[in-house]
Amino acid sequence: MTPIPDGAEVKHGATVRLDKVSFSYGEASFLFDVEFAASRITAIMGPSGSGKSTLLNLVAGFEAPGSGRVLIVELNVSAAPPSARPVSMVFQENNLFAHLSVERNVGLGRSPSLGLSGADREAIAGALQRVGLAGKENRLPRELSGGERQRVALARVLVRDRPVLLLDEPFASLGPALRDDMLDLLASVHAERKMTVLFVTHQPEDARRIGQDMVFLDNGTVAAAGPAADFFDGSGPEAFRRYIGSGPAKARRD
Amino acid sequence: MVPARSTDFRVSAGIVALAAIALLIGGAFAGLILEGARDLSGAASAFDPYLLRVARFTLWQAILSTLLSVVPALFVARALSRHPSFFGRGLILQLFALPLALPAIVAALGILALYGNAGYFDGLLGGESWPGIYGLSGILVAHVFFNLPLATRLFLEALGTVPANQWRLASQLGMGARPAFRLIEWPALRAALPGIAGLVFMLCITSFTIVLTLGGGPAATTLEVAIYQALRFDFDPARAVTLTLLQIALTFVVVLALMRLGANTVGDANLPVAPRRYLSAGTAETALNAALISLALLFVAGPMAATLAAGLGADLGRLAGEAAVRQATLTSVVLALLSAVLAVALSLSLIMARRALALMRGAGPRTLLEHATDTGAGFVLVVPPIVVGAGWFLLLRTVSDVFAVAPVMVVAVNAVMAMPFAIRAVRPAYDAASERHERLCAQLGISGWSRLILVDWPSLRRPLATAFAFAMALSLGDLGVIALFGSDSVQTLPYLLLARMGSYRTADAAGLALLLGMVCLALVLVADRLGRGERA
Repeated sequence: MTPIPDGAEVKHGATVRLDKVSFSYGEASFLFDVEFAASRITAIMGPSGSGKSTLLNLVAGFEAPGSGRVLIVELNVSAAPPSARPVSMVFQENNLFAHLSVERNVGLGRSPSLGLSGADREAIAGALQRVGLAGKENRLPRELSGGERQRVALARVLVRDRPVLLLDEPFASLGPALRDDMLDLLASVHAERKMTVLFVTHQPEDARRIGQDMVFLDNGTVAAAGPAADFFDGSGPEAFRRYIGSGPAKARRD
Repeated sequence: MVPARSTDFRVSAGIVALAAIALLIGGAFAGLILEGARDLSGAASAFDPYLLRVARFTLWQAILSTLLSVVPALFVARALSRHPSFFGRGLILQLFALPLALPAIVAALGILALYGNAGYFDGLLGGESWPGIYGLSGILVAHVFFNLPLATRLFLEALGTVPANQWRLASQLGMGARPAFRLIEWPALRAALPGIAGLVFMLCITSFTIVLTLGGGPAATTLEVAIYQALRFDFDPARAVTLTLLQIALTFVVVLALMRLGANTVGDANLPVAPRRYLSAGTAETALNAALISLALLFVAGPMAATLAAGLGADLGRLAGEAAVRQATLTSVVLALLSAVLAVALSLSLIMARRALALMRGAGPRTLLEHATDTGAGFVLVVPPIVVGAGWFLLLRTVSDVFAVAPVMVVAVNAVMAMPFAIRAVRPAYDAASERHERLCAQLGISGWSRLILVDWPSLRRPLATAFAFAMALSLGDLGVIALFGSDSVQTLPYLLLARMGSYRTADAAGLALLLGMVCLALVLVADRLGRGERA
């Protein structure tokens, strides 16, 4: 009976809008006014301290805005606790409880007290199958590789089935090959579920590979936004080209 | 900031815990103030030469004990650090950790069994007239027995902080033992000295059991023992009030000074790892160091061996069958269990509230409440158990039978006294677990009981068990509050031990001491093992 739509009501992605959201932490202050289109993958890039993680934390509900509104499908969720928002988030690390098995870690996405029905168990098995971890249900996180651990987190995202997915540099500690695998898995999952993905990353390749839109942050605010392709064809904003470095510039000179 | 709804429970738990501590200490003060107000002239007239003599002795024995513990410890620690690997070194360090786990009354008995006028030492001298050690000498020996090993371990830890590169450099420059001490070791020791000396001084100035059992008569009495005598023997409440206020003022000044020195007021030392040394000691120095370490070892091991020998000499079978012993053992175990449960619950409440408040605050300034949950347990160090006991004794004697509330007082005071240790054991683990799990729990909506059972308990099981075992050992061995409130109907093992000593049933006392010492030691070893496993 929550007024906030959950996965059942919004089968596909939901628009996420930050309406003049201000936030300050110590010396740093942020002001976000931006909209993320439904069912698209938006890469969020920017220098360290520009507010990428803060933006995700505001959407997830880990931080409360000083002023302004966080809207998901035009519903104001600014005051809702994280678990009541139609959002899943995957962090760079610590996505799993170290003392719980893979199956139970995924199961927490269905029931926070692990009261699981038969249907829940089927969903869990299906999700583990989908991310390529069938047969590893009873492993503990420490018995998995870094890539596998992030797959468990992704399986939990699948069983939670929320219309918005927030990714905070989830593949940053993986090697290049593993990272490509994970990006492909993410892209195919997105093709099935069509959730709205906000993807914070430091790697231009990530954005180029699966990003449809791009939001570039600088100095605690949105410096540029638009289709991701525009950012990489050399016509992107100056600040973005500076951030990316000599790569594209050199390409032009050649 | 994690929205407040999910953390309210933790903050309220912290507020309840703070209120309980405030009630315990506030009640004691209420008792003192009411009694003082009732008999103002009596309290004032208690300022007599006797009181001044007691105050002077309290300070004097603490100063001497500190000097005799800390100065030798400097050299023993240096000797141990100069020889980072020799056979039995680890064992010596383990042994140096034991006195801290031993109840004071057990150590006092061991010292009497060894150095008393009918002790093993007397036997060794072959009938020569060994005067025994009562009064100041006994108090000093006991305090050094406790604090020399503690100070040694703390100094060794300080020496362990010297960067290995300094030693590499020293050996490259061809530095001898003397300049190496002056230029490398002494600066590290000197930095740690005020804190360690302050801690030892604090322990000696609030030492009750040692002075009660080894101090002799009015010539060797400290304020805490005088409070006990005023309440239990002379029944002079006015004098008790004056003595207590003086003791509070004294400890307050000492704690204030300690805080300026940055002392570690809980005083547990980790077993230091021995870094590789790049300077090797010469033959003469090695011999000197070996002599130093052997002496310290003898001094620390002696009373423990005497406790063991005397205890085994007692008629243990008869003791075990005695109804009074069984009753006291049962009472001790039940009270210690309750006290440990309370200590862990109060500590965990403060730890959870502190963390929840810190999370809510973000980068803002700390609130008064957060400060209170952070340092709340530290306040109890300012108010020694005897003082809390005395305050409540005075408050309750007008409204009920003080001896009937003995169990409540023992459980409550011992629990609060164990809190600083319990918090030390649990807080780092809780904060680390919270760091890992906080956002995940908020995101998945895991809260309340689910969170406690699925998330917090698995990650805190071991540190909680450590805190529990430690609190239980502390409570089992305590002879503070029970000395005030104990009676024939409520006896704990230490209380029974004291009674047997008082009636010169020395063999019985030795047997009980062995039992008590073994149980406390076992508990502390378990606590230590659990704590270590957690870190690994």
